[in-house]
Amino acid sequence: MIGNSVKKKDHDAKISGQASYVDDIVMEGMLYGKMLRSTKARARIKNIVLPEISDDYFIIDKDDVTGENKIHVVLEDMPVFPEDTVEYIGDPILMVVGPDRKEIARILSEIVVDYEELEPVFDVRKSEISFFHHNYNKGDVDCAFEEADRIITETFETGQQEQAYLETNGLIAYPQDGRIVVRGSMQCPYYVIGAVSKALGEEREDIRIIQDVTGGAFGGKEDYPSILACQVAVAAKKAERPVKYVFDRREDMEFTSKRHPSVCTYKASVKDGKVTGLDIHVIYNAGAYTTLTDVVLQRGLIGACGVYNIGNLRVTGDGMKTNTVPNGAMRGFGAPQTFFAIEMMMNHIAKSLCTDPLTFKEKHLVKQGDETSTRGKFHFQVPLPEMIERADQLSDFRKKHALYKSQTGRFRKGIGISMVYHGCGFTGNGERDIIKSVAKLRKNSDDTVELLISITDMGQGAKTTFTKIAADTLGIPLDRVTFNNPDTDRVPDSGPTVASRSIMVVGELIKRASEKLKAQWKPGEEQVIEEHYVHPDFMIPFDIKTFRGDAYPTYSWAVNVIEVEVDTLTAVTKVLGAWGVYDVGTPLDLNIVHGQLQGGFLQSIGYASMEQIGYNEKGVVRNHSFSDYIIPTAMDVPNLVTDLVEVPYAAGPYGAKGAGELPNVAPAPAYIDALENALQNRIQHIPYTQEDIMTYLQEVENG
Amino acid sequence: MINFILNGEQVSSNSNQNERLLDVLRDEFRLTGAKCGCKEGECGACSVILDGKLVNSCMVAMGSIEDSTVTTIEGYSKTRRFQILSEAYAAVSAVQCGFCIPGMMLASECILAENPNPSEEDIRRGISGNLCRCTGYNAIVEAVGTAAKEGKGLW
Repeated sequence: MIGNSVKKKDHDAKISGQASYVDDIVMEGMLYGKMLRSTKARARIKNIVLPEISDDYFIIDKDDVTGENKIHVVLEDMPVFPEDTVEYIGDPILMVVGPDRKEIARILSEIVVDYEELEPVFDVRKSEISFFHHNYNKGDVDCAFEEADRIITETFETGQQEQAYLETNGLIAYPQDGRIVVRGSMQCPYYVIGAVSKALGEEREDIRIIQDVTGGAFGGKEDYPSILACQVAVAAKKAERPVKYVFDRREDMEFTSKRHPSVCTYKASVKDGKVTGLDIHVIYNAGAYTTLTDVVLQRGLIGACGVYNIGNLRVTGDGMKTNTVPNGAMRGFGAPQTFFAIEMMMNHIAKSLCTDPLTFKEKHLVKQGDETSTRGKFHFQVPLPEMIERADQLSDFRKKHALYKSQTGRFRKGIGISMVYHGCGFTGNGERDIIKSVAKLRKNSDDTVELLISITDMGQGAKTTFTKIAADTLGIPLDRVTFNNPDTDRVPDSGPTVASRSIMVVGELIKRASEKLKAQWKPGEEQVIEEHYVHPDFMIPFDIKTFRGDAYPTYSWAVNVIEVEVDTLTAVTKVLGAWGVYDVGTPLDLNIVHGQLQGGFLQSIGYASMEQIGYNEKGVVRNHSFSDYIIPTAMDVPNLVTDLVEVPYAAGPYGAKGAGELPNVAPAPAYIDALENALQNRIQHIPYTQEDIMTYLQEVENG
Repeated sequence: MINFILNGEQVSSNSNQNERLLDVLRDEFRLTGAKCGCKEGECGACSVILDGKLVNSCMVAMGSIEDSTVTTIEGYSKTRRFQILSEAYAAVSAVQCGFCIPGMMLASECILAENPNPSEEDIRRGISGNLCRCTGYNAIVEAVGTAAKEGKGLW
């Protein structure tokens, strides 16, 4: 069963339209909520004038928060409802709750807020507030620069990216038997329970969180449900009725967390044709509150030198405050920004040395046994050389790259390559010291087995892959194993569904629990088996203060090649081919793995080429709908070719490693490399849109 | 009263002429297979088949559908054609988060109804009004191609 593909557990319910997403659920006496949001990016609220409202309607604000007016994410700087200042356009000043949505809209339109405007900061380079600062080093960078033949400095910028899950954020909160229940679209039920318990001032036992079928997340439902849950739970507690809040698309695009924009400055020392040192400064734009910035930044910094073995390294990074929507998690979690920068940096250094970029990169690749950027160790095989060869075979990269260097005429082709890793699981000692995963198996008296874990299926196939692990290990048919959506009253805390950790970490617990159950199997009897996380003993302990040690137990690897054609008259770009070679360990279900790889691949092509969020001078988001925030359609790419090279990981179930985020890291630099190959220019930012190409072409024409 | 045929049955709606078909299907008829993804005709999650054509039900005013025939995923899922498509989708695990899928299935039906032997290009064009953020579209395109072969004579 492992390896091959099976019909997905949730196929029938979803394809027939029977699966219930949060917006499909109607409860008796249910009310709807809608926020009054700040229209100023930074202001003090002097006064709020409220209209008359009838008995069925409620206005919920900071005074209704019965616990602490703080949302627990990592730090607790974000209020449930703002106290007296607003920090970004969209800050939720209050919520109107009631039975009729048109009446709610009327009430909202009649509320008058008197603001005292303060000076906002939008340009992250001008921000003076660093929420988080980290730095680490390896070797002697100053010495490397003193001895260098040449020193090259470049700055790269990446844009905000919207997760654009098809189902917007949405939750329902309701009182039940003296407790508060929150259900809906989410990735991490136990994050939500912690946040709600703090905001309500209730014991964790008095809070229950249930995940409903979740229509995509990509990180966008990691922190946000904690925020929304606090707000709807406060409302439900006051109204003493169920309150549903489902974002409309524009509200979701403007006011929920996105991928952090970045500014990365790379200074490289080169001696005898090799990079001897890198001095890197990374700025991530956190937005108005901290949410997940600290951890996103850490992953970006650890990956700042990419897949290259650079002996001398100095890496500093800041997560800076601006008055925009708080940025949070998105697939790749800080890695796509710095991997874009290092891949472009290596290309540009090679070009300035008049050498072939791929050959130049190959000379620097890490290999098994090498030190990582944080002086940990690449304990396992690094399959990059064979992956590069495979990618070359599939795409004919080397031949085409050389051929496309000297083109004339209206249509020009280009081909680009990139190589990345993704650290599997939580960074550092997170799994051992913070998460401490627990998983349970329950065998019922009819000999069916239920998985009791807090991992959520948000489309990535967790229900299918996890049940396969259990069924295969127990040697029973797949339909004898069930995996229901997590409900915190029934499942232990197996940690959040993030960081490419689910299968590798929690899947291994399920594997071990299944082995134990198989050994103790008593037909016709109820049995419960519990397993706890065990930290791999080969790991060099990671110290977050000094950034030393193994940040991850193992790594997944990817090599991507993208071929494009640019019409130099219209600046329209067409993707002609897209190939990816990946090592995610042993694939547990080929269809599911390829589905993950292809979906991530396309998201990253969107990130590089068309997905753009712009703000006007007052901080209002311009691109807040699918009409103007454009994501790729089926016409925007040809067949995406994904191929696997397997390096099984001994501490993962059946050899599996992380696969979810990896495909979102490598394609952007490959796409930009292809554009540079076609246009023979130098690109330092993404997205590089059709307008950017047109601007460049006009500059060339005008000399 | 607005009268129309919904999934093969004659029905009447009390809604106003300017209400969206999507809202009426979901709220009045409790047919929640059509999903609300954007309410501006861009994502296709709310697709239904209206008089044989694929439409975004968020863009259809109730006043315009008197005497029309509307098929939603709930009605379509009872057909043999649906079964063939569903099996083809299942064989390549084309369903991920599932939010786009009811609309994607109705788009697939319309592609095959118009052309029982579509090329890859035809399929891509046919589903290009339906956004999917999960799959990268490959699996869906492949599934429609498979259904065209497996369901020979049905379309």
